[in-house]
Amino acid sequence: MSTLTQSSAPASTPIVKPAAQIRSWKIPITFGSFAVLSLFLFVVLGRGLRGELSTFRLSEGRDLIQLPEVALPTFATGVFVAVVLVLMAAASAWLVYRHTKIPIVLTILFALLFLVGFLAWAASGSTIPVPGLLIGTVTLSAPLIFGALGGVLSERAGVVNVAIEGQLLAGAFSSAVVASATGNPYLGLLAAMVAGALVSMVLAAFVLKYLVDQVIVGVVLNVLVIGLTSFLYSQVLAPSANLNSPDVFPRLNVPFLSEIPIIGPVLFRQTIIVYVMYVAIALVYFGLFRTKWGLRVRAVGEHPQAADTVGINVNRTRFIAVTLGGVISGFGGAYFTLGAVGAFNKEMTNGMGFIALAAVIFGQWHPIKATLAALLFGFATNLQNVLGIIGSPVPSEFMLMLPYVVTIFAVAGFVGRSRAPAADGKPYIK
Amino acid sequence: MSATTTTAPAGRDSRMDGSERWIQTLRDITGGSAMISVLAVLFALVVGAILIAFTNERVQETAGYFFSRPTDLLRAVWDAVAGAYSALFQGSIYNFRATNFLTAIRPLTETLTFATPLIAAGLGVGLAFRVGMFNIGGRGQMLIAAGAAGWVAFAVELPAGIHLIVAILAGLLGGAIWGGIVGLLKARTGAHEVIVTIMLNFVALYLIQFLLRTPGALQAPGSNNPKTPAMAATAVFPDLFGPRYNLHAGFLTVVAATIFVWWLLSRSNLGFQFRAVGQNPSAARVAGINVKNVYLYAMAISGALVGLAGINQVLGTVTTGFGSGIDAGIGFDAITVALLGRSKPWGIFAAGILFGAFKAGGFAMQAAEGVPIDIVVVVQALIVLFIAAPPLVRAMFHLPTPGTSRKPKIRAVKTRQTNEVVAK
Amino acid sequence: MKLELRGITKRFGALVANNNISLTVESGEIHALLGENGAGKSTLMNVLYGLYNAEEGDILLDDVVQKFAGPGDAMNAGIGMVHQHFMLVPVFTVAENVVLGHEQTTFGGRLDLSAARAKVREISDRFGFDIDPDALIEDLPVGVQQRVEIIKALSQDAKVLVFDEPTAVLTPQETDELMIIMRQLAESGTSIVFITHKLREVRAVADRITVIRLGTVVGEASPTATNAELASLMVGRAVELTVHKNAPELRGTALSVKNLSVIDSRNQIVVNSVSFDVQAGEVLAIAGVQGNGQTELTEALLGLQQHVTGLIELDGKPLRGYSVRHILDSGVGFVPEDRTEDGLIADFSIAENLMLDRSSGAPFVKAGNLQLGFRAQFAAEKIAEFDIRSQGSEMEAGRLSGGNQQKVVLARELSRELRLFVAAQPTRGLDVGSIEFVHTRIIETRDSGIPVIVVSTELDEVVALADRIAVMYRGEIVGIVPGNTPRATLGLMMAGEHAPATESGL
Repeated sequence: MSTLTQSSAPASTPIVKPAAQIRSWKIPITFGSFAVLSLFLFVVLGRGLRGELSTFRLSEGRDLIQLPEVALPTFATGVFVAVVLVLMAAASAWLVYRHTKIPIVLTILFALLFLVGFLAWAASGSTIPVPGLLIGTVTLSAPLIFGALGGVLSERAGVVNVAIEGQLLAGAFSSAVVASATGNPYLGLLAAMVAGALVSMVLAAFVLKYLVDQVIVGVVLNVLVIGLTSFLYSQVLAPSANLNSPDVFPRLNVPFLSEIPIIGPVLFRQTIIVYVMYVAIALVYFGLFRTKWGLRVRAVGEHPQAADTVGINVNRTRFIAVTLGGVISGFGGAYFTLGAVGAFNKEMTNGMGFIALAAVIFGQWHPIKATLAALLFGFATNLQNVLGIIGSPVPSEFMLMLPYVVTIFAVAGFVGRSRAPAADGKPYIK
Repeated sequence: MSATTTTAPAGRDSRMDGSERWIQTLRDITGGSAMISVLAVLFALVVGAILIAFTNERVQETAGYFFSRPTDLLRAVWDAVAGAYSALFQGSIYNFRATNFLTAIRPLTETLTFATPLIAAGLGVGLAFRVGMFNIGGRGQMLIAAGAAGWVAFAVELPAGIHLIVAILAGLLGGAIWGGIVGLLKARTGAHEVIVTIMLNFVALYLIQFLLRTPGALQAPGSNNPKTPAMAATAVFPDLFGPRYNLHAGFLTVVAATIFVWWLLSRSNLGFQFRAVGQNPSAARVAGINVKNVYLYAMAISGALVGLAGINQVLGTVTTGFGSGIDAGIGFDAITVALLGRSKPWGIFAAGILFGAFKAGGFAMQAAEGVPIDIVVVVQALIVLFIAAPPLVRAMFHLPTPGTSRKPKIRAVKTRQTNEVVAK
Repeated sequence: MKLELRGITKRFGALVANNNISLTVESGEIHALLGENGAGKSTLMNVLYGLYNAEEGDILLDDVVQKFAGPGDAMNAGIGMVHQHFMLVPVFTVAENVVLGHEQTTFGGRLDLSAARAKVREISDRFGFDIDPDALIEDLPVGVQQRVEIIKALSQDAKVLVFDEPTAVLTPQETDELMIIMRQLAESGTSIVFITHKLREVRAVADRITVIRLGTVVGEASPTATNAELASLMVGRAVELTVHKNAPELRGTALSVKNLSVIDSRNQIVVNSVSFDVQAGEVLAIAGVQGNGQTELTEALLGLQQHVTGLIELDGKPLRGYSVRHILDSGVGFVPEDRTEDGLIADFSIAENLMLDRSSGAPFVKAGNLQLGFRAQFAAEKIAEFDIRSQGSEMEAGRLSGGNQQKVVLARELSRELRLFVAAQPTRGLDVGSIEFVHTRIIETRDSGIPVIVVSTELDEVVALADRIAVMYRGEIVGIVPGNTPRATLGLMMAGEHAPATESGL
């Protein structure tokens, strides 16, 4: 048997079969629904808007480079968009029928076009300040993005993080108190990170040491943090106002970059919290996908036994990842007090942690995609503000509803079969 | 000889004689869940006491001269804690200062009033847990149910009795539809129920807000406030013990709901299928159970039960008309209630009453002693946290571990996703 | 490197998994550790690999006592392991899996994957493997995944290599190739521990054989020992590897399958135009290496697969396209291959599991109500009839031993009025006693005039039970042959050859 007669065995090649003939109609159905919706909104309801103009303002008054305003005829734009959307829906159906993959570009185009049509319809007879809309989007998304990044880190390591809400709230509370007490908002940021870390360490301890169901601990921690911060607020902060009046970070303009049309004001006239956010997104992405540490974190979240057998301490790796996630989420909590309001209020995070959780899942546990999902939610929230100011033809509630409806469609239509880290939510017992 | 490998662990306990059984029983009590629950409640109250003491001004003052007169501090701590907890007790169960029994017992009826929607929503969330789903959509389901029941109650004219029943049915249907959407989407497309329920909360909120400011829908005629008119007297839950107490017949619907869920889960075949899917969806599918339908039915029933909480709010507790805050956070409280009750119907019933007592007593405590009601939330969270981690409580109180000799349970890491099961 | 285990004892509570086991593996030796399922082989190897801590005993490498706090220590000392269930992260690439735990980094903590790729290529070249370092593990067939496991161990300069049941997932041909690799490794000085329960393989490759039973070493043997000698050592008594059965009494075609194809969720054709008939009163065994479409075929018969084309007829009535419920009600009994995942609900009681597939109607359900009295009585009867060793019908099924769990599944499926019985891997992971029990019940079922399909990857089982054998390879049936077809022929068919004559492929 010493002569090596190695042939490349038939079984060592993958069992490759010709691509099978299954059609998934999810995307055409989703497209079709939106096409019908736009026909109804822009054409049927939009008939009354004939002769109106929808104006998009692309620059702010203080910009160096002034872009002209774009004025579109509301009804014509609506009809055009609706027709194109119908055509695109038909095209997607045809592609599916022909077993061709629907290019992602088509989906993106479809979404953008729908958005333009929607904005044009909503802004009939008035002006939409595009930079303002987008600046607010980035600002309002900041806590969501921090929360989502924290969630991504934790879940990639295999620990479901439902406690994002608690981490945000703890961060908001402690940053307000510490920044007020010391007069130094940077110490407030530090305190926010510590508070977020503490919450996630409790999560990690219960989950990893006592093997308590991860969702249960997360839910309960949220309630605990809500209770604690509300109690301390009523008992300690409310009576002595000097503990709850931190300085708010000002907006800082980045030289040159902030003068780029549209992008400049949106991305580079923000507070330090948002600038840290850019860094955090890059770091989490780099850390998870480009470093040794990230490889181990993902291994522990996908196949903890495999990690264990190569000498990786599963629970320690998980603990560190969850704690780091808490640091990031906690930092995001500081946005509420030091980035926006300037004081802590009871339950001021108002369910944002759960939206961040939705962004994690919607974003398929990927830091960049989760960030995009969080931006979508931020956009939705800000759209309400903008449309509330300029007034719009439909009840504002339906505008407000739309992003959530879109999310449901998206989750049902596109990411329904998204894959969580394989060991997410499961304790590792040898 | 060949079977020796398998006989070792089996058959041991069945041959247990009387004395061994007694010892086992004792072990189960001290190490088991009843004892854990009691200790968890006690420990949570102790932590609450520490928080109350630390934030008390008088305690802080006396701590300043602790070494000169330590008894002052101890007295201050005692006053703060005992004052708060006795107010809590008197506000939730029995008021010793009342002149007669009928007044003294009033707090207990308040407790039951607060418990009513908590139990209903807790049952809904708990049922979903048993089917392996996490229903965070309590808020939306309550709002839709409240809107439907409320509209029937103030806008439709029907004879007394029938009017109430129709209003309840409308509310249940509203909750069932709002929950059923989630089940349907999960079954048909594999959409994650956590996202869908959260999103539907917002959709319901804005929908109700829109209806509340739309004349002819839910808005009270002639008013500009986003609020409904008062419910018609024919559609309101009657008081159980007369106008002196707030407790209304809605409590009976919740008792009925508890019995129904108990029957559903442990006596009906639909509940059997629910539990099978909750424990192991792939085995359930192989056994011919239609997993998709189970998700749909379970979420519809769960939504209806949560909806019952909304119905109780508008037809029982706040009958003078409601706004979009009518859910009062009960949809989220229900999650902790379900967890504390371990998703079992009577456990949820008891947990709901405990949390109802905390709520009723908390208001009394805040009024009498100035201790913010939020402390109650802290205590509730701690209770659930400790109950969820029996090993922690055992370690703290050095209790024996039940079934120590059992081989460690090895859980294989499942790579198969539940979504995949659904998708098939 | 010489490996020595001295007096290893490992307990789980009251259960003694390893009792005072001693073993020596010389440098460059292939030492087989033989024992049946549950004998304690895997526990011993997990002790050796630092995953478990033994209560007593020492591990020595080149006569130096080692202390392993975890697998990392064992690896650093030169021990490598090829696990039975591959320890590979499915969504990682080959290179990522190979370096996991020993990653090299460049500036800024960046992962240096090019070094990892080079390492994979270097080792692949040395052994003539053809492996793409950037392929995702989940896209690779199991045989290749195993080679990745070997590369992973070798990349850590393993001097002692443990193979834990490595042939369970391989074709006979792949098995032969693995043997060559093992020989090659041993010749280069690596000590090899080869854990298995397959006698033939042990005799083919081992230099020395240690047999363990019930956690204790019961003897040593040389490769020249006969199968019967080894088997009796392993099981503790003389075993008969055959099942007593009479010639089948055929009663006409019951199940007819024509041009059946299955497409899975990844859009691959996993069963490709398969046709066969099963007569009432015979056992048709479906042989083949794991992953060649057998699972999907049985699932298609049960209505568990979504995209199925072709014809399935039972007693002239079509089954394809109907719900699982309808197919079960048509009289199909099914033992799924993954008992704990698909066959039982671990947290349900035995009684509940016994009614699992009859939860929609009489006799267990009347007017939506569970008939608890009937269920308890039924469970008591079945526990007695199938000799299920338990603490009563309310005991959780998850706490039963594997053999007793399988008896619960069998009891449930065989208690219905059957017109077809499908058993997939009915004895996987069971002890010899339970295997005999299951085989006897299957033959009894056949003799009662019910058509039976048995899917098995174990050639022994196929040969023991089958009246006819269909061999599957890459989603197709390469041939249907009589039950007494020689093993060698079957082995070649399992590698995809239609006739015994070797094709001159490559």
